[in-house]
Amino acid sequence: MTGHRIKQPFLSRRHFGRALVGVGALAASGSLPLSSALGAEPIKIGFGMAQSGPLGGNGKAALLAIEMWRADVNRRGGILGRPIQLVYYDDQTNPALVPGIYSKLFDVDKVDLVLGGYGTAVQAAALPIVMQRKQLLIGTGAVAVNEKYNYDKYFQMLPNGSTARTSTSEGFFQAAVSMQPKPKTVAILGAVTEFSRNVILGARENAEKFGLKIVFDRGYPPNQVEFGSIIRSTQAANPDVVFVASYPPDSAGVIRAAYEQKLQTRMFGGAMIGLQYSELKQQLGPMLNNVLCYEFYVPAPTTDFPGIKEFLHVYQERATQAGADLLGFYLPPYAYAGMQVLEKAVETTKGLDPTALAKYIHANTFDTVVGEVSFAPNGDWAKPRLLYVQYQGIVGNDLEQFKRVGTQVIVEPQEFAYGKLRYPFLASD
Amino acid sequence: MVTFNLLLNAVVTGILLGGFYAAVTVGITIAFGMLDIVNIAHPVFIVMGSFIAYIVNRNFGLDPLLAVILAMPLFFLLGIVIFRFYYAAFEKSGKGSLRGLAFFFGVLFVVEVTLLLAFGVDYRLVQTSYIGPNIGFDHIDLPLRMVIPFAGSITLVTGLHLFFSHTFIGRAIMAVAQDEFALSLMAVDTVAVRQLAFGVAIATAAIAGGFLIVIQPVDPSLGREYIGRVFAICVLGGLGSITGTVIAALILGVIETITSTLFGPSWAPAVSFAALLLTLAIRPSGIMGR
Amino acid sequence: MTRVPSWVWPIVVAGLVLAASRVVKNEYYMFAGYVVLQYVVLASAWNILGGYSGYVNFGSAAFFAIGAYGTVVLDKLWQPPLVVAIFLGGIVASLVGLVTAYLTLRLRGVFFAIATLALAIVLQTLVMNWDYVGGPLGYYCVRPDSIVGFPSYVNYLFVVMLALAVIAVLVARAIESSFIGRGLAAIRDNELAAECCGVPTLRLKVFATMVSGGLMGMAGAPFPYYITYLDPNSAFSFAYGINSIAMPLVGGMTRWIGPVIGAVLLAVIQQVATVTISSELNLMIVGGLLIGFITVAPNGIVGLFEQYGQQRHGRASP
Repeated sequence: MTGHRIKQPFLSRRHFGRALVGVGALAASGSLPLSSALGAEPIKIGFGMAQSGPLGGNGKAALLAIEMWRADVNRRGGILGRPIQLVYYDDQTNPALVPGIYSKLFDVDKVDLVLGGYGTAVQAAALPIVMQRKQLLIGTGAVAVNEKYNYDKYFQMLPNGSTARTSTSEGFFQAAVSMQPKPKTVAILGAVTEFSRNVILGARENAEKFGLKIVFDRGYPPNQVEFGSIIRSTQAANPDVVFVASYPPDSAGVIRAAYEQKLQTRMFGGAMIGLQYSELKQQLGPMLNNVLCYEFYVPAPTTDFPGIKEFLHVYQERATQAGADLLGFYLPPYAYAGMQVLEKAVETTKGLDPTALAKYIHANTFDTVVGEVSFAPNGDWAKPRLLYVQYQGIVGNDLEQFKRVGTQVIVEPQEFAYGKLRYPFLASD
Repeated sequence: MVTFNLLLNAVVTGILLGGFYAAVTVGITIAFGMLDIVNIAHPVFIVMGSFIAYIVNRNFGLDPLLAVILAMPLFFLLGIVIFRFYYAAFEKSGKGSLRGLAFFFGVLFVVEVTLLLAFGVDYRLVQTSYIGPNIGFDHIDLPLRMVIPFAGSITLVTGLHLFFSHTFIGRAIMAVAQDEFALSLMAVDTVAVRQLAFGVAIATAAIAGGFLIVIQPVDPSLGREYIGRVFAICVLGGLGSITGTVIAALILGVIETITSTLFGPSWAPAVSFAALLLTLAIRPSGIMGR
Repeated sequence: MTRVPSWVWPIVVAGLVLAASRVVKNEYYMFAGYVVLQYVVLASAWNILGGYSGYVNFGSAAFFAIGAYGTVVLDKLWQPPLVVAIFLGGIVASLVGLVTAYLTLRLRGVFFAIATLALAIVLQTLVMNWDYVGGPLGYYCVRPDSIVGFPSYVNYLFVVMLALAVIAVLVARAIESSFIGRGLAAIRDNELAAECCGVPTLRLKVFATMVSGGLMGMAGAPFPYYITYLDPNSAFSFAYGINSIAMPLVGGMTRWIGPVIGAVLLAVIQQVATVTISSELNLMIVGGLLIGFITVAPNGIVGLFEQYGQQRHGRASP
């Protein structure tokens, strides 16, 4: 540098040097990425999660719950003193993308732990790779993925349990035979899709077990537009009880058709996916009255698990912005609970070794936002806990009424039940 | 157990459904049948119409059918813009069909993704006073949810038929459809005529979108499920014939509903398309084809 | 200087890729690479009918799924070596192509396109209702742990797909430069005139459909082992249909190298997009490129190169 004074330009070396020192100070004070602040290597948890495609809605809700968990844990100082970092990709509800995603997570991103995406197909596609790496896999929202493999490090947070095939409809049939006089006949309808088919196979078994004769048994294609005719056929068989296994678009169609035709039967409902989502609850409104459906969680005096109310409060505030389901009654609490299980296991075993983690999880019961959770040897819930509720007293199309106790009355299983089952189906208040 | 009642209701419901299918297809009848433009993106414009109906209904409480009627002029203009682009890029050079097909394929995806980004993946429904109640006759139950779109469709299709057969512009379009070259020799601006026709075709998508969301919940990728149906009806009806489209749509609606009622709905899609394949094999000019 | 015959290049490139696959340990590249190669096969196969003769096939997914479900059936019956499954898948798909072609190819190209769409829907409905292969419940296809001669089964799948890609490309090239290719080009330019000149249009079109469908079926055959859980939605995914059309279009439909370029470009973009940006944009990219190329560069990238070459050498365009 020569001797004469040069006015320093803005981005001169001097300024830059000073800026660097300033940044260093900031880093030291902890305002930059946690890893540099806490000085500890983050624990990387990787997964694919549907943010688009048919199950994108659920995937978004689950992702929000997992992010909430991450924020909560990091606020408490991380696990084993290490902050949590999430690495995830949108699997587009397309199982063909899953092998690539998970091999990237393991080989390129070098994650420490993985989770499953949402849905049976994507978890089924991920399992072989996870098995090959001898890693742990916790997933939500899949059925019978582990049936063929019997992998000991797989865990499923769906409360359907090992006997998912029959447990999904069991509560419905239990409620049915609680009616006086006992019903004799049942009609079974469902979409020809993976979920519905599975449930219907179980429903047939349950019908036999509970002594109901199947007088009508029909499937319809997933893109069925018009349900009037199938409801009419159902009515023609004069069933005492009508059981439906459906997905969101057909759930709406079936309910509407039943409402329009004033379906004469004593009990109507089933395993109807979509009725748990805020969008359909709101849109269908009073058409839901007296319909039975399974829910994972509804506000009730019997479901006041530790932390659930706070969780839902924070979730509902963030849901609109995240584009996720506004009520959060379906997946989010279970996704969060799954993370709680993982957290406890890592903390107690003081490490990330999959074998030790799996052993711990199999051997213990966990206190979560959805109550006590324990697992069967194949990774499903040891005790199924699907809540069968009957919608009662729904007025108009506002969403807030669903946050109150009383609009979704739990009728089965008995340990959570409160309120009375209303029948026949067309009974008014 | 098949009763007369069941069958009667199935046929009647099939007719209602068929009427709706006619409204969905008539845009293709015009674009493909008359103008030879394979607008495979038509169903996604219908879905766009449904979403407009949804927003207006959600935020302003306006009836969805009213909303789409108001949206028709916009769709008409959209049709003209697309045609202009299509014409400049493809028709002038004369390579036509294949490239146009691929172009509209691309449009289908771009519009679908835009809807996805704007609205997300959820199914949407509308609230109206006529979703729920039934009209009951002796043995027949007609949900208003289907009757109103049916009535609307018939009005639309009849209106179009009259337009094409009795107005000057309509007949000009039919003439261009028949023999464009001859018409251009007579100093008719065939491009302007076709442009107008395409605009009309896209405008029908708006109304069909309104009907669609009244009848069933709609999500952005629903359009794909209708591509096959729509072209099947158009071909069955004999390309370019509105009457043919209506007849074919009614037939398809009734076949689907009867199969649904008697044999179980899971076979219905296969039956409809098997019918199409057979038609193509045996009588490709369709029912009313020339 | 003797020119190297163009059929040597695919084999040389494949050899290099094969060598690389032995060295690269990272399985992610095997998985991603498999998909790219799969699309090379699909795009080349589609182009044999679509590009050379101008008959658009919307039902690529149908032929692909025939290969995939064929493997499922075989896996249930007696678990033959993969090569056998590929061969049989190709044959069945080819026969389906024959039937469809015979029923519909006497008509205009547009009807053929609609018929292929209908075919995809009908087949998907049939498979959905066919419980033997799992129907909507899907089928769990267990991937063998390892196989002799390869570091892992995934590596083996990658190499198998590489071989299929080479075969598809060489077949396309052979057809293109043979009398069949010239006949198809004549059909594309003006079918009526071709008929008048004595070109056996129906037979050529049927042949092209059979080869095209057969190759697509072969591409689908290893899929169940790749994905390990096959359900009708995955097998009949619309992505196969649209990509099979977009890739040759972007790459160039008149030469065998076009689909290869288009497939590699688009498939790599989509794979990268999956692990970087949001996925809805994935489809937007394909749609956008489709519209862009078809409007501005209808002969694809190959066409652009040819144009550039002509401008440079000052030749008038033919």
